[in-house]
This record gives sequence, structure tokens and C-alpha cells, in this order.
Amino acid sequence: MSRIQACFARLAAQGRKALIPFLTAGDPDPKFTLPWLSAMVAAGADILELGVPFSDPMADGPVIQRASERALAHKVSLKRVLELVAQFRLRDQITPIVLMGYLNPIECMGYRAFVATAKQAGVDGVLVVDLPPEEAKERMLPLLYQAGIDPIFLLAPTSTPERIRHADALGRGYLYYVSLKGVTGAGHLDLEDVATKLGMVRSLTHLPIGVGFGVKDASTAASVAKLADAVVVGSALVQKVEENLNHPDKIEAAIVSLISEMRKGIDGV
Amino acid sequence: MTVLKNYRLPDERGHFGDYGGIFVAETLMYPLEELTRAYHKYLRDAEFLAELERDLKDYVGRPSPLYYAERLSRELGGARIYLKREDLNHTGAHKINNTVGQALLAQRMGKRRVIAETGAGQHGVATATVAARFGLKCVVYMGEVDVERQKLNVYRMSLLGAEVRPVRSGSRTLKDALNEALRDWVTNVDDTFYIIGTVAGPHPYPAMVRDFQAVIGREAKRQILEQAGRLPDALVACVGGGSNAIGLFYPFLEDEVALYGVEAAGTGIASGHHAASLCAGRPGVLHGNRTYLLEDEDGQIVETHSISAGLDYPGVGPEHAWLKDTGRAKYVAVTDEEALEAFHRLTRTEGILPALESSHAVAYALQLAKDMDKDQVVLVNLSGRGDKDIHTVAAREGLKL
Repeated sequence: MSRIQACFARLAAQGRKALIPFLTAGDPDPKFTLPWLSAMVAAGADILELGVPFSDPMADGPVIQRASERALAHKVSLKRVLELVAQFRLRDQITPIVLMGYLNPIECMGYRAFVATAKQAGVDGVLVVDLPPEEAKERMLPLLYQAGIDPIFLLAPTSTPERIRHADALGRGYLYYVSLKGVTGAGHLDLEDVATKLGMVRSLTHLPIGVGFGVKDASTAASVAKLADAVVVGSALVQKVEENLNHPDKIEAAIVSLISEMRKGIDGV
Repeated sequence: MTVLKNYRLPDERGHFGDYGGIFVAETLMYPLEELTRAYHKYLRDAEFLAELERDLKDYVGRPSPLYYAERLSRELGGARIYLKREDLNHTGAHKINNTVGQALLAQRMGKRRVIAETGAGQHGVATATVAARFGLKCVVYMGEVDVERQKLNVYRMSLLGAEVRPVRSGSRTLKDALNEALRDWVTNVDDTFYIIGTVAGPHPYPAMVRDFQAVIGREAKRQILEQAGRLPDALVACVGGGSNAIGLFYPFLEDEVALYGVEAAGTGIASGHHAASLCAGRPGVLHGNRTYLLEDEDGQIVETHSISAGLDYPGVGPEHAWLKDTGRAKYVAVTDEEALEAFHRLTRTEGILPALESSHAVAYALQLAKDMDKDQVVLVNLSGRGDKDIHTVAAREGLKL
């Protein structure tokens, strides 16, 4: 059983839903990444999504674009992100880590080298935004399966039933349902719409479903948790980083406070 | 030269060998499938094709002439040089062949809003033009740096009723405009048609744009047979994304004709300031397809340089990547200086002011033709006119207009 499966099994046994925060690795400085990851776990995060900076983040809104630019200013490469994960694993062997990013840095490193290094570092899942299942099948998937790393696929409001079944068949760990047509951090999600569409998705899939894009506060997180198995929060957290760039010492507290509120919301406390 | 037989690429999922494909976020998969279906349907639809042909003739002004540059050829003392005059099209470049086609497709699909990315502004103008004609809402994304250096085209687009949105992310040039257009499309997929200007992007764009631009090569083939009584020995075209080059090359892939794609060497390949993805790049994935890219050692896309904004792009159409690897086409690069020299030379000897993009093709054709026999034929795609570039040329000479 992968760390991600184990995590969902543990939560299901407790009747709880997963909270999955996202941060861009190395934003605004690589020295903060490890302490913040641990702080988020302490505040109630179940799985960590770590963004790999890319020069051309086509699916991201301005908040995460700027996070990528800040990290790239420190030359935070895919290799560096994998080193950070390896360091995190030395102090935490339980919390799953999912890398989220774009394909080109992986193409550049080479699929084999990437998967081998990721396995050694302790990466649990890989979500490549611009690598749909059809293109992943040939090169990436066999290597990930063999290494026991879960490929995480996106589902969107525009996904057809056929594509949803396909992603469920090829994916592992969980599926990430993108709640709205748009880029990350685009706006508030429409709960009624998500509820309708998730009903359809559920009927076609067996993997746990995480919902993200547009989860901005504890109350949205609470509502989403009623529909999904996991709540993903990205831009709202990165926003906390950006708001406090002049006082980096205050960022950790801001992140921890948002995670704690969301945790309470999700657990219905 | 490796001549191809029974050329049938791309495959069903848009692959040219290892290149091309569909590398986009999930939200765009369905609209791309929808577009692929429409494109397959209408490219076989007699009524659609008749309307396209009528528009190309009466609105664009096709066929564009094939012109024998006699004085230039004589002066050079080598092969005969023919120019395919895409500069004489409505809006002054080959770009309109494709935007007319895609706008007709948008109409058939019931999309009332079109978006586009643009570098030099030629594709933006060509999109704004067809949008005005069909009464479509039009938004053009353009890097802030390009907005500044191509003010004339920005104003032309606004006169045509398009909204030009300056892009302030990344390097603020063409690649970032493409990113922003993709973000717009993801957000407005229901009513929006994305008119990509080159043979890049996810499938079906590289194949679809090629098919709309192939009219250039079909005409050129007929015209050269009429005028010279034979096929050319070589075709030469500039390559940024590569749409004018593919448009010319495609109908000749199965013929004994050498193909030369000319990239922008900027201040020289060795200087690092260039846009020659095929000559100096590596395969990778950007903007929805696998192709040759200019990237750093970590796979981050690097900033490019060329005197011509239309060639200033770190990727290239995937079909060119494939033609390079198979050896069917040869890709070379020409510097800013060499392109400028060709710009002046064609202007002075033939009275034709070429776009700086096309000047790259002219420059290489001059090098090539010089050492060929007098009875040989080189056919150059003069993809656009140079009026838009006179400020750039003047500035290089220390003049302010």
C-alpha cells in the first residue's frame, strides 16, 4: 500500500476527509520550504502538494505564477526540489508528498532519472499538469508504476465520461477534480455545480476524489469536504506568502492559521 | 535528399514521430477534441471549402503572384530566384490565409468570441481583421515588450475593434502571450475559439494551420511549372513557429526539391542571443506539443532574441522538428546583420520591401543561389511586407522617424 493509499485508508477509518495544501517549492526562498512543510503537517495537513517551479506555468493564475518566478530567482530546479523532498523524508516518514508541475523539467532531466531520483527522495505522487493520461501512457506511467509512485490525474468540468473512466483506470492514489473552468486561484467555486458533477464522477470512478481550484477559506473547505474525499488549497495559501513578503517571519504563522481553520472546518469542529 | 513517399502525418493523436501530440491541462482536452472533429469534418465539406476558396480569392487577394527576381538573380550570377509574394496579401503577410480559415471554422462551431496571441502583431492584425469582418468579439494577447516595439500594429488592431491585452508575466514576449491566451481559453472554453497563428500548440493546430497555409505551396508549384517549366531545385522560407515554411514545403514533400528553413541567429548562435530552436535547441514540451526548444540546463524556457519579432520564439512547430530529424528539410540560421543586408538589397534591386522575418529567407537564398548554376531555380517565400519594420530598421541606423 502506498503512503497515499494508507493515508486515505486511515482517514476513512476515522470518518475524516483529507486536507491537501499546496506550496511552490523555494518560494520566496528555499530555506523556508522545509520548516513550512512540517508546520503545515503539525497544523493538520494530511498530504503535501509541492509545486515545481516552471518558467511557463500555463495552467496557473497570477498568484502561483509569481510564486514560480520568486522560486526561479533562487534557481530552484527540479533537482533542487527533489533534494528538499529527501531532506523532508529524513524527519517525516508518514506524510505523503505529491510533486505538482509541468512536463518540460522532467523531459529535460530524463524520465528514468527523474523517477529513480524521486523514488529515492521519497516522493509519493506525481501530478504533471500538461501530461494527460494519453501522453503519459507510453513513457511516464510504466516507470511510475514500477517505482510505486502514484500518478495523479486531473479531472475537469469538461471531462467526458470516457475520459473520467480512463483517468480512474490509469491513475493511482487519488483523482484531482478541478472545480472550475479556469486557472488556479481564478475565483470561488460553485458548490452546486461541483456537487452535480462529482455525483457523476463518483459513479464512474473508484479512486478517492480531491477537489481544488477556488477553495479560499474554511467555510468553502468545509462544504467541499462534504462532497469530496480531499480538499486541496493552493492559491489561498500562496497568497499568504505573497501578502507577507516584506515580513517573511510572519508567513509561517499566517499559513498555519489558515490550515488550522480549514482543518476545523473540514472536521466539522 | 530524403524524399518522402505517401506522407500521412500526423497520426490520429497529432504525432509527427516523437513530436507534436497533446500536452495540455485536462480542461482543454474536450475543446481540443471538439475542434479536431470540426476540422476533420469541414476540411472535407464542399460548401466550407468553396466558401474558403472564395474568401481567399476575393478577400485575401489570392493567388499571390510568383515573381521572378530577374535583376537580383542576374546581379548574383547564380540560380534564378523566384519570390512567392505573400506580402501582397490583404494585411500584408501569409498570416491571413490561416485566420480566414479558422474564423470560418469558429463560425461553423458557433463560437462568437475569438482570441489570439501575437508577437510582431501580424497574426494579431490578421485575426482582428477577420473578427471585424465576421462580427466576432476579439481579444489579442501581446507581450508588453512587443506592445512597445510594435505600436503601429497595436493601433491597427484597436482600429479593427479588437482589444489588445498587454502581457506582463515572464519575459513579456510572444511565449508569454501564448501562455496568457491558453489561460483565457481555459476560462472561456464555452464560447471562445482560440486562433493560434502558427503550426505549434496542441493537436490539431499544427496540422490544421498547415492545411490552411498549404495554399502557398500548391499555388507556387503550379506557378513555377507555368513560368519555369520545371520544379524548383530548392525552397527557402524563414522559420519562427514555422507556418509560412510548412505552407510552402508541404505540397513539395514528395518531390525532388531541397527544403531550407531559415531560423533567426540573432547576434550569432555562439552569443546565446538568438531564436534558433532547431539549430541550437533540444527536444522538450511547451505550449501543448513536443518539439525543439531553447531551454536552460534545468528545462526552464529561456528568453530569445531576434531583430524580427515574428521569429522571436523559443519553440518551433513539431512537423519541422520531425522534418529535421528525418533529414527531409535542412535548417540553417541567419543573423540580424545578414537579414538587414538582405532587406536593403531586395529593396534596392527589386523595389520590394520585405518583412524582417522574410529577409532571413532572402539572406539565405542569396548565399545558396550564388553557388548554383544559372539554369537552376530557388523559390523563396516572401512571407510578409516590411512596412511594419521601418522603425526598427531606421533605429538601427540611428534615425528616429
